[in-house]
Amino acid sequence: MKTDDLITLMAQDAPVGLRYGRALAVALGAGIALSALLLVATVGLRHNMGSVFETARVLFKITVTLVLAVLAARLALRIGRPGEETRLPALLLAVPALMVAAAVTAELVALPADAWRVSLVGRNALFCLFFVPVLSLAPLAGLFWALKKGAPANPARAGAAAGLAAGAIAAAIYAWHCPDDSPLFLATWYTVAIAAVTAAGAFLGRRLLRW
Amino acid sequence: MTQLAREEEWANWLRLAVKGDAQAYSRFLVAVTPHLRAMARRRCSLYGAPPSEAEDVVQEVLLAIHLKRGTWDPARPLGPWLTTLVRNKLIDSLRRRGRQTSVPIDDVSDFLEAADETNEAADRIDTETVLARLKEPQRDIVRSISIEGEGIRETAARLKMTEVAVRVALHRALKSLAALYRSE
Repeated sequence: MKTDDLITLMAQDAPVGLRYGRALAVALGAGIALSALLLVATVGLRHNMGSVFETARVLFKITVTLVLAVLAARLALRIGRPGEETRLPALLLAVPALMVAAAVTAELVALPADAWRVSLVGRNALFCLFFVPVLSLAPLAGLFWALKKGAPANPARAGAAAGLAAGAIAAAIYAWHCPDDSPLFLATWYTVAIAAVTAAGAFLGRRLLRW
Repeated sequence: MTQLAREEEWANWLRLAVKGDAQAYSRFLVAVTPHLRAMARRRCSLYGAPPSEAEDVVQEVLLAIHLKRGTWDPARPLGPWLTTLVRNKLIDSLRRRGRQTSVPIDDVSDFLEAADETNEAADRIDTETVLARLKEPQRDIVRSISIEGEGIRETAARLKMTEVAVRVALHRALKSLAALYRSE
Protein backbone atom coordinates (compact mmCIF):
# COMPACT_ATOMS: atom_id res chain seq x y z
CA MET A 1 0.00 0.00 0.00
CA LYS A 2 1.28 3.48 -0.80
CA THR A 3 2.07 5.66 2.19
CA ASP A 4 0.20 8.53 0.58
CA ASP A 5 -2.91 6.36 0.26
CA LEU A 6 -2.59 5.38 3.90
CA ILE A 7 -2.39 9.04 4.88
CA THR A 8 -5.52 9.77 2.86
CA LEU A 9 -7.30 7.01 4.75
CA MET A 10 -6.16 8.18 8.15
CA ALA A 11 -7.07 11.80 7.40
CA GLN A 12 -10.68 10.73 6.82
CA ASP A 13 -10.65 9.17 10.29
CA ALA A 14 -9.38 12.38 11.94
CA PRO A 15 -11.66 12.90 14.97
CA VAL A 16 -10.84 11.07 18.18
CA GLY A 17 -13.83 9.22 19.61
CA LEU A 18 -12.92 8.88 23.25
CA ARG A 19 -9.69 10.31 24.54
CA TYR A 20 -7.52 8.06 26.67
CA GLY A 21 -7.70 10.23 29.80
CA ARG A 22 -11.47 10.40 29.65
CA ALA A 23 -11.76 6.67 28.96
CA LEU A 24 -9.74 5.97 32.07
CA ALA A 25 -11.92 8.26 34.19
CA VAL A 26 -15.11 6.62 32.88
CA ALA A 27 -13.66 3.15 33.46
CA LEU A 28 -12.64 3.96 37.03
CA GLY A 29 -16.02 5.49 37.84
CA ALA A 30 -17.93 2.52 36.47
CA GLY A 31 -15.59 -0.01 38.07
CA ILE A 32 -15.81 1.59 41.50
CA ALA A 33 -19.60 1.91 41.31
CA LEU A 34 -20.03 -1.73 40.27
CA SER A 35 -17.77 -3.09 42.99
CA ALA A 36 -19.32 -0.89 45.69
CA LEU A 37 -22.75 -2.15 44.60
CA LEU A 38 -21.51 -5.72 44.67
CA LEU A 39 -20.31 -5.28 48.26
CA VAL A 40 -23.55 -3.69 49.42
CA ALA A 41 -25.70 -6.26 47.59
CA THR A 42 -23.84 -9.34 48.86
CA VAL A 43 -22.08 -9.08 52.21
CA GLY A 44 -23.24 -5.55 52.99
CA LEU A 45 -21.63 -2.82 55.04
CA ARG A 46 -20.35 -3.64 58.45
CA HIS A 47 -23.35 -3.36 60.78
CA ASN A 48 -21.64 -1.06 63.23
CA MET A 49 -19.87 1.09 60.61
CA GLY A 50 -21.33 4.29 62.01
CA SER A 51 -20.02 3.74 65.49
CA VAL A 52 -16.56 2.40 64.62
CA PHE A 53 -15.75 4.91 61.94
CA GLU A 54 -14.04 7.28 64.33
CA THR A 55 -11.63 4.75 65.72
CA ALA A 56 -8.07 5.27 64.57
CA ARG A 57 -7.64 1.74 63.23
CA VAL A 58 -10.71 1.86 60.97
CA LEU A 59 -9.90 5.33 59.78
CA PHE A 60 -6.34 4.25 58.99
CA LYS A 61 -7.48 1.16 57.11
CA ILE A 62 -9.74 3.20 54.85
CA THR A 63 -7.28 6.07 54.41
CA VAL A 64 -4.26 4.00 53.48
CA THR A 65 -6.14 1.87 50.94
CA LEU A 66 -7.54 5.05 49.38
CA VAL A 67 -4.11 6.67 49.21
CA LEU A 68 -2.73 3.57 47.49
CA ALA A 69 -5.69 3.46 45.09
CA VAL A 70 -5.28 7.10 44.05
CA LEU A 71 -1.50 6.85 43.61
CA ALA A 72 -1.67 3.58 41.68
CA ALA A 73 -4.46 4.84 39.40
CA ARG A 74 -2.42 7.95 38.69
CA LEU A 75 0.56 5.78 37.84
CA ALA A 76 -1.54 3.63 35.50
CA LEU A 77 -2.80 6.76 33.73
CA ARG A 78 0.74 8.03 33.24
CA ILE A 79 2.12 4.70 32.06
CA GLY A 80 -0.37 4.61 29.19
CA ARG A 81 0.73 8.02 27.93
CA PRO A 82 3.94 8.22 25.91
CA GLY A 83 6.43 10.79 27.16
CA GLU A 84 5.00 11.13 30.65
CA GLU A 85 7.21 11.00 33.71
CA THR A 86 6.48 7.80 35.64
CA ARG A 87 9.41 7.51 38.02
CA LEU A 88 8.12 9.94 40.60
CA PRO A 89 4.55 8.53 40.63
CA ALA A 90 6.09 5.05 41.04
CA LEU A 91 8.30 6.19 43.91
CA LEU A 92 5.30 7.80 45.61
CA LEU A 93 3.91 4.28 46.11
CA ALA A 94 6.39 4.08 48.98
CA VAL A 95 4.18 6.53 50.91
CA PRO A 96 1.34 4.07 51.67
CA ALA A 97 3.95 1.35 52.30
CA LEU A 98 5.64 3.54 54.89
CA MET A 99 2.26 4.41 56.40
CA VAL A 100 1.54 0.71 56.87
CA ALA A 101 5.01 0.10 58.34
CA ALA A 102 4.49 2.91 60.82
CA ALA A 103 1.03 1.64 61.77
CA VAL A 104 2.34 -1.90 62.27
CA THR A 105 5.09 -0.58 64.55
CA ALA A 106 2.57 1.44 66.55
CA GLU A 107 0.29 -1.59 66.84
CA LEU A 108 3.13 -3.81 68.08
CA VAL A 109 3.94 -1.21 70.71
CA ALA A 110 0.31 -0.74 71.71
CA LEU A 111 -0.60 -4.42 72.01
CA PRO A 112 0.87 -6.94 74.42
CA ALA A 113 2.85 -9.63 72.61
CA ASP A 114 0.32 -12.37 73.30
CA ALA A 115 -2.38 -10.40 71.45
CA TRP A 116 -0.34 -10.08 68.24
CA ARG A 117 -1.28 -13.48 66.93
CA VAL A 118 -5.02 -12.97 67.32
CA SER A 119 -4.85 -9.54 65.64
CA LEU A 120 -2.81 -10.89 62.78
CA VAL A 121 -5.01 -13.89 62.05
CA GLY A 122 -8.20 -11.91 62.53
CA ARG A 123 -11.64 -13.35 61.92
CA ASN A 124 -12.02 -13.23 58.17
CA ALA A 125 -8.62 -13.68 56.57
CA LEU A 126 -9.70 -16.25 53.99
CA PHE A 127 -12.76 -14.29 53.02
CA CYS A 128 -10.61 -11.18 52.60
CA LEU A 129 -8.27 -13.11 50.30
CA PHE A 130 -11.24 -14.23 48.26
CA PHE A 131 -13.36 -11.09 48.21
CA VAL A 132 -10.73 -8.41 47.53
CA PRO A 133 -9.81 -10.04 44.19
CA VAL A 134 -13.53 -10.43 43.39
CA LEU A 135 -14.12 -6.74 44.07
CA SER A 136 -11.13 -5.88 41.90
CA LEU A 137 -12.61 -7.53 38.80
CA ALA A 138 -14.74 -4.59 37.64
CA PRO A 139 -12.06 -1.90 38.17
CA LEU A 140 -9.45 -4.17 36.58
CA ALA A 141 -11.59 -4.79 33.50
CA GLY A 142 -12.27 -1.05 33.22
CA LEU A 143 -8.61 -0.12 33.55
CA PHE A 144 -7.61 -2.66 30.92
CA TRP A 145 -10.27 -1.38 28.56
CA ALA A 146 -8.89 2.14 28.99
CA LEU A 147 -5.24 1.07 28.78
CA LYS A 148 -6.01 -0.67 25.47
CA LYS A 149 -6.48 2.86 24.16
CA GLY A 150 -3.18 3.84 25.73
CA ALA A 151 0.33 3.28 24.43
CA PRO A 152 2.38 1.85 27.30
CA ALA A 153 6.07 1.30 26.58
CA ASN A 154 6.04 -1.80 28.77
CA PRO A 155 2.74 -3.77 28.66
CA ALA A 156 3.56 -5.96 31.68
CA ARG A 157 4.36 -2.95 33.83
CA ALA A 158 1.18 -1.20 32.69
CA GLY A 159 -0.82 -4.32 33.56
CA ALA A 160 0.83 -4.46 36.98
CA ALA A 161 -0.03 -0.80 37.65
CA ALA A 162 -3.63 -1.49 36.62
CA GLY A 163 -3.71 -4.55 38.89
CA LEU A 164 -2.29 -2.59 41.80
CA ALA A 165 -4.84 0.18 41.31
CA ALA A 166 -7.72 -2.30 40.98
CA GLY A 167 -6.55 -4.26 44.03
CA ALA A 168 -6.23 -1.09 46.10
CA ILE A 169 -9.68 0.12 45.01
CA ALA A 170 -11.12 -3.29 45.93
CA ALA A 171 -9.39 -3.15 49.32
CA ALA A 172 -10.70 0.36 49.95
CA ILE A 173 -14.23 -0.90 49.21
CA TYR A 174 -13.81 -4.11 51.21
CA ALA A 175 -12.66 -2.05 54.20
CA TRP A 176 -16.28 -0.93 54.61
CA HIS A 177 -17.28 -4.51 55.38
CA CYS A 178 -14.16 -5.98 56.95
CA PRO A 179 -14.45 -6.49 60.73
CA ASP A 180 -10.68 -6.92 61.21
CA ASP A 181 -9.17 -3.57 62.03
CA SER A 182 -5.66 -4.31 63.20
CA PRO A 183 -2.81 -2.94 61.04
CA LEU A 184 -1.26 -6.39 61.52
CA PHE A 185 -4.20 -7.89 59.64
CA LEU A 186 -4.10 -5.17 57.00
CA ALA A 187 -0.36 -5.48 56.44
CA THR A 188 -0.67 -9.22 55.94
CA TRP A 189 -3.92 -10.16 54.23
CA TYR A 190 -4.73 -7.00 52.32
CA THR A 191 -1.16 -6.99 51.03
CA VAL A 192 -1.37 -10.61 49.88
CA ALA A 193 -4.70 -9.96 48.13
CA ILE A 194 -3.51 -6.77 46.40
CA ALA A 195 -0.24 -8.42 45.39
CA ALA A 196 -2.16 -11.29 43.79
CA VAL A 197 -4.26 -8.87 41.73
CA THR A 198 -1.11 -6.96 40.76
CA ALA A 199 0.57 -10.15 39.58
CA ALA A 200 -2.52 -11.12 37.60
CA GLY A 201 -2.50 -7.63 36.04
CA ALA A 202 1.14 -7.98 34.98
CA PHE A 203 0.44 -11.40 33.48
CA LEU A 204 -2.61 -10.17 31.56
CA GLY A 205 -0.89 -6.94 30.56
CA ARG A 206 1.88 -8.80 28.77
CA ARG A 207 -0.72 -10.48 26.62
CA LEU A 208 -3.41 -7.86 26.24
CA LEU A 209 -1.70 -4.47 26.29
CA ARG A 210 0.66 -4.82 23.35
CA TRP A 211 0.07 -2.38 20.56
CA MET B 1 12.30 26.35 10.26
CA THR B 2 13.47 25.93 13.81
CA GLN B 3 12.64 22.79 15.70
CA LEU B 4 10.44 24.67 18.14
CA ALA B 5 8.44 26.44 15.45
CA ARG B 6 7.95 23.17 13.65
CA GLU B 7 6.76 21.44 16.80
CA GLU B 8 4.30 24.26 17.43
CA GLU B 9 2.97 24.06 13.88
CA TRP B 10 2.52 20.29 14.08
CA ALA B 11 0.84 20.61 17.48
CA ASN B 12 -1.64 23.11 16.04
CA TRP B 13 -2.50 20.80 13.17
CA LEU B 14 -2.95 17.83 15.47
CA ARG B 15 -5.09 19.88 17.85
CA LEU B 16 -7.44 20.70 14.97
CA ALA B 17 -7.26 17.12 13.73
CA VAL B 18 -8.48 15.45 16.90
CA LYS B 19 -11.51 17.73 16.76
CA GLY B 20 -12.23 16.40 13.28
CA ASP B 21 -10.34 18.63 10.82
CA ALA B 22 -9.28 16.16 8.11
CA GLN B 23 -7.26 18.74 6.20
CA ALA B 24 -5.18 19.77 9.20
CA TYR B 25 -4.63 16.10 10.00
CA SER B 26 -3.49 15.38 6.49
CA ARG B 27 -1.00 18.28 6.71
CA PHE B 28 0.31 16.92 9.98
CA LEU B 29 0.78 13.41 8.62
CA VAL B 30 2.38 14.61 5.39
CA ALA B 31 4.80 16.75 7.39
CA VAL B 32 5.75 13.98 9.81
CA THR B 33 6.25 11.23 7.23
CA PRO B 34 9.57 12.36 5.68
CA HIS B 35 11.11 12.51 9.14
CA LEU B 36 9.88 9.03 9.93
CA ARG B 37 11.25 7.82 6.63
CA ALA B 38 14.70 9.27 7.25
CA MET B 39 14.81 7.62 10.66
CA ALA B 40 13.49 4.27 9.45
CA ARG B 41 16.03 4.10 6.64
CA ARG B 42 18.93 4.99 8.86
CA ARG B 43 17.95 2.46 11.47
CA CYS B 44 17.10 -0.48 9.22
CA SER B 45 20.79 -1.23 8.73
CA LEU B 46 21.48 -0.80 12.44
CA TYR B 47 18.96 -3.48 13.28
CA GLY B 48 19.88 -5.71 10.36
CA ALA B 49 16.47 -5.29 8.82
CA PRO B 50 16.20 -5.33 5.03
CA PRO B 51 16.22 -1.74 3.70
CA SER B 52 13.28 -2.73 1.51
CA GLU B 53 11.14 -2.83 4.65
CA ALA B 54 11.81 0.77 5.65
CA GLU B 55 8.57 1.98 4.09
CA ASP B 56 6.61 -0.69 5.98
CA VAL B 57 8.18 0.57 9.18
CA VAL B 58 7.10 4.10 8.26
CA GLN B 59 3.52 2.95 7.71
CA GLU B 60 3.49 0.97 10.91
CA VAL B 61 4.63 4.00 12.91
CA LEU B 62 2.08 6.22 11.14
CA LEU B 63 -0.67 3.77 12.10
CA ALA B 64 0.53 3.83 15.70
CA ILE B 65 0.43 7.63 15.75
CA HIS B 66 -3.05 7.45 14.30
CA LEU B 67 -4.49 4.84 16.66
CA LYS B 68 -2.86 6.32 19.77
CA ARG B 69 -3.37 10.03 19.11
CA GLY B 70 -6.03 10.05 21.83
CA THR B 71 -3.25 9.64 24.42
CA TRP B 72 -1.85 13.07 23.57
CA ASP B 73 -3.11 15.77 25.88
CA PRO B 74 -3.51 18.84 23.62
CA ALA B 75 -2.74 21.09 26.58
CA ARG B 76 0.78 19.67 26.70
CA PRO B 77 3.71 19.97 24.28
CA LEU B 78 3.67 17.60 21.32
CA GLY B 79 7.41 16.87 21.18
CA PRO B 80 7.89 14.50 24.14
CA TRP B 81 4.72 12.58 23.30
CA LEU B 82 5.51 12.16 19.62
CA THR B 83 9.18 11.33 20.17
CA THR B 84 8.43 8.65 22.74
CA LEU B 85 5.60 7.08 20.74
CA VAL B 86 7.69 7.02 17.55
CA ARG B 87 10.71 5.60 19.34
CA ASN B 88 8.74 2.81 20.98
CA LYS B 89 6.98 1.77 17.80
CA LEU B 90 10.03 2.16 15.58
CA ILE B 91 12.15 -0.03 17.81
CA ASP B 92 9.36 -2.58 18.15
CA SER B 93 8.94 -2.75 14.39
CA LEU B 94 12.65 -2.89 13.60
CA ARG B 95 13.37 -5.55 16.21
CA ARG B 96 10.67 -7.71 14.75
CA ARG B 97 12.06 -7.36 11.25
CA GLY B 98 15.76 -7.31 12.02
CA ARG B 99 18.30 -9.97 12.78
CA GLN B 100 19.94 -7.83 15.46
CA THR B 101 17.64 -7.90 18.42
CA SER B 102 20.18 -6.78 20.95
CA VAL B 103 20.72 -3.25 19.64
CA PRO B 104 20.53 -0.91 22.61
CA ILE B 105 17.55 1.41 22.69
CA ASP B 106 19.10 4.44 21.10
CA ASP B 107 17.95 7.97 21.41
CA VAL B 108 15.64 9.27 18.73
CA SER B 109 15.35 12.73 20.17
CA ASP B 110 16.77 13.87 16.85
CA PHE B 111 13.39 12.99 15.39
CA LEU B 112 12.19 16.56 15.00
CA GLU B 113 15.39 17.62 13.28
CA ALA B 114 15.84 14.49 11.17
CA ALA B 115 16.42 15.15 7.50
CA ASP B 116 13.51 15.18 5.14
CA GLU B 117 13.21 12.21 2.87
CA THR B 118 10.25 12.84 0.72
CA ASN B 119 10.74 10.28 -1.98
CA GLU B 120 8.75 7.22 -1.18
CA ALA B 121 10.31 3.81 -1.60
CA ALA B 122 8.43 0.93 -3.13
CA ASP B 123 5.95 -0.50 -0.69
CA ARG B 124 6.45 -4.16 -0.12
CA ILE B 125 2.92 -5.12 0.76
CA ASP B 126 0.84 -4.03 -2.18
CA THR B 127 -2.59 -2.60 -1.85
CA GLU B 128 -4.34 -5.66 -3.21
CA THR B 129 -2.74 -7.88 -0.57
CA VAL B 130 -3.87 -5.50 2.12
CA LEU B 131 -7.37 -5.28 0.70
CA ALA B 132 -7.64 -9.04 0.45
CA ARG B 133 -7.19 -9.35 4.20
CA LEU B 134 -10.00 -6.93 5.03
CA LYS B 135 -13.64 -7.88 5.32
CA GLU B 136 -16.52 -6.12 3.61
CA PRO B 137 -17.53 -3.33 3.91
CA GLN B 138 -14.09 -2.28 5.20
CA ARG B 139 -12.46 -3.37 1.94
CA ASP B 140 -14.87 -1.41 -0.20
CA ILE B 141 -14.47 1.68 1.96
CA VAL B 142 -10.68 1.53 1.99
CA ARG B 143 -10.60 1.11 -1.79
CA SER B 144 -13.01 3.92 -2.36
CA ILE B 145 -11.25 6.43 -0.10
CA SER B 146 -7.59 5.62 -0.67
CA ILE B 147 -7.55 4.62 -4.33
CA GLU B 148 -10.51 6.38 -5.83
CA GLY B 149 -10.06 9.41 -3.60
CA GLU B 150 -13.68 9.65 -2.53
CA GLY B 151 -14.70 11.32 0.71
CA ILE B 152 -16.77 9.83 3.52
CA ARG B 153 -19.98 11.32 2.17
CA GLU B 154 -19.62 10.00 -1.39
CA THR B 155 -18.61 6.59 -0.09
CA ALA B 156 -21.58 6.47 2.23
CA ALA B 157 -23.96 7.45 -0.58
CA ARG B 158 -22.55 4.89 -2.98
CA LEU B 159 -22.59 2.05 -0.46
CA LYS B 160 -25.99 3.13 0.90
CA MET B 161 -24.58 3.36 4.39
CA THR B 162 -24.78 6.16 6.94
CA GLU B 163 -21.70 8.37 7.27
CA VAL B 164 -21.31 7.23 10.86
CA ALA B 165 -21.24 3.59 9.76
CA VAL B 166 -18.61 4.40 7.12
CA ARG B 167 -16.48 6.18 9.73
CA VAL B 168 -16.76 3.27 12.14
CA ALA B 169 -15.81 0.79 9.42
CA LEU B 170 -12.88 2.94 8.33
CA HIS B 171 -11.61 3.14 11.88
CA ARG B 172 -11.88 -0.64 12.23
CA ALA B 173 -10.08 -1.09 8.92
CA LEU B 174 -7.16 1.00 10.17
CA LYS B 175 -7.05 -1.08 13.34
CA SER B 176 -6.98 -4.24 11.22
CA LEU B 177 -4.15 -2.80 9.15
CA ALA B 178 -2.09 -2.16 12.28
CA ALA B 179 -2.77 -5.72 13.44
CA LEU B 180 -1.78 -7.00 10.01
CA TYR B 181 1.62 -5.32 10.28
CA ARG B 182 2.13 -6.63 13.78
CA SER B 183 1.37 -10.22 12.87
CA GLU B 184 3.30 -10.21 9.64
